[in-house]
Amino acid sequence: MSSSMEQLYQQLILDHAKNPHGKGLADGSAAESHQVNPTCGDEVTLRVHLGEQGGLEKVSWEGQGCSISQASISVMSELVTGVPVSEAEELGTTFRELMHARGAGLDEASEDRLGDATAFTGVARYPARIKCALLGWMALHDALVQSGAATTKEDA
Amino acid sequence: MLTAAELAAVRADFPLLQRTVRGGRPLVYLDSGATSQKPDVVLDAEQDFYLQRNAAVHRGAHQLAEEATDAFEQARAEVAALVGAPADEIVWTANATAGINLVAYAMSNASLGRGGAAARRLALGEGDEVVVTEAEHHANLVPWQELCARTGATLRWVGVHDDGRLRTEDLATVVTDRTKVLAFTHASNVTGAVTDVAAFVARAAEVGALTVLDACQSVPHLPVDLPALGVDLAVFSGHKMLGPTGVGALWGRRELLEAMPPFLTGGSMVEVVTMESTTYAPPPQRFEAGTQMVAQAVGMGAAARYLRELGMDAVAAHEREIARLLLDAVAAVPGVRVLGPTDTEARLAAVSVVVDGVHAHDVGQVLDDAGVAVRVGHHCAQPLHRRLGATASTRASAGIYTTAEEVAAFGEALARVRPFFGLDEVSDGGPA
Repeated sequence: MSSSMEQLYQQLILDHAKNPHGKGLADGSAAESHQVNPTCGDEVTLRVHLGEQGGLEKVSWEGQGCSISQASISVMSELVTGVPVSEAEELGTTFRELMHARGAGLDEASEDRLGDATAFTGVARYPARIKCALLGWMALHDALVQSGAATTKEDA
Repeated sequence: MLTAAELAAVRADFPLLQRTVRGGRPLVYLDSGATSQKPDVVLDAEQDFYLQRNAAVHRGAHQLAEEATDAFEQARAEVAALVGAPADEIVWTANATAGINLVAYAMSNASLGRGGAAARRLALGEGDEVVVTEAEHHANLVPWQELCARTGATLRWVGVHDDGRLRTEDLATVVTDRTKVLAFTHASNVTGAVTDVAAFVARAAEVGALTVLDACQSVPHLPVDLPALGVDLAVFSGHKMLGPTGVGALWGRRELLEAMPPFLTGGSMVEVVTMESTTYAPPPQRFEAGTQMVAQAVGMGAAARYLRELGMDAVAAHEREIARLLLDAVAAVPGVRVLGPTDTEARLAAVSVVVDGVHAHDVGQVLDDAGVAVRVGHHCAQPLHRRLGATASTRASAGIYTTAEEVAAFGEALARVRPFFGLDEVSDGGPA
């Protein structure tokens, strides 16, 4: 395997794809988003569950797709559990920046915030796969907007 | 199958096949079902047109206009000859999708009374039915869904068996006196299965339905004589048959094209225009509104000539052997299921597979890392994938330039997929 392939499929990604976090739709959500990648038919249904303080208590989701999309949703659901909505949205923005960095990564502070999601740095070398990694983040943003907890300004 | 020397000579005609990908690996191009590579003669024909003959066709009295018109019409004759049709029954279209939409919108216009009494057999309304198959590319499904929505007609379809072959035996019940159009593919772009066209044509004849054939996958790979097949209309694209993008063809029986009202209207497709009304040119010009894709048409003509010089029997024989090698290569890899027939009978060298436990995108990524270019996804055939129990698949599709060594490289790369994702022990590619 080439080194860029090994960067693309880091062990953390393969592990999350096999044992995804947050999978299985839960009741009591504030909103739900269904996103599809029309080129391959990958899809995700994601629900946002808001806490009493307006924070993001958790997300729950169901979906099918490639290892990149499934692992990305799994890592995302870990990252955004129990954070304020504004922070979840900022993480989404930073992750989009990572996906447009052509594999070069981001500054240290940004990567610290993204934590395990930096494992997807190598995806940005493969333009056809960026949509896979973004599928769950698109669903999260859309669901937060639908719930009224976020505005649409993050759209890009 | 072509001899090694013949195959080397063919490959030398395709400059792109010499390049490397992903850090110096030889390209193994197995995505000809999506689009074929182009031989020098096609590239040269297009360039030569622009360098030597470029002018507006069918207008102007200068020498360049004459030469451009000759090149354009000669290309039509070349394409017609490839499919056994008279040149004036070939209509240039932007691609095959545009050809099917042309037919669907012409029928739509006929349903509104355009084209008068002659077009009445093309008119649809409530109570009428359009029949397609569950194996269609979206291009031969969505335009018919839309036509039905516009006219009140009902869409029905012939299903497929578990091995992807059409349920031809259901024609007798699905196609009825209410059927006005029977639109079906000559060969599936997913399963590679070749349709029993004679059975479809025979049933359509019994009920007086028009037949529309999607010949995109067959014309580049098999000897095809459209009039002899007995269908009424057919479409195919240039870019899948070694020609340029941006051009395709609609073939129709002359009397049918003459009865069809136009779809796109405007310049070049008229006889007499007054402020009140317009009379239309005879076919094929009636369906060629506006400036045509002349250079691409010339390129498609060159591609048709190239294929005829190779001989479509030789092309089909070579690809039949490649199909067998592809099926053997896939059968040797554990955990891989073929979507489509696993024998070479009435089948093209397009083999789609599902790798158990690994998504098609991930399969394609591992293959790409070995320089093997395949198609991943639903190949514009979502209903067929759903029917065969898959959301996406990985398709290896060959062309006249495909070699046995390339198929072997595909098989080796495919055998690495499941081990890479931790699903099998690393094997030598043999049965587990």
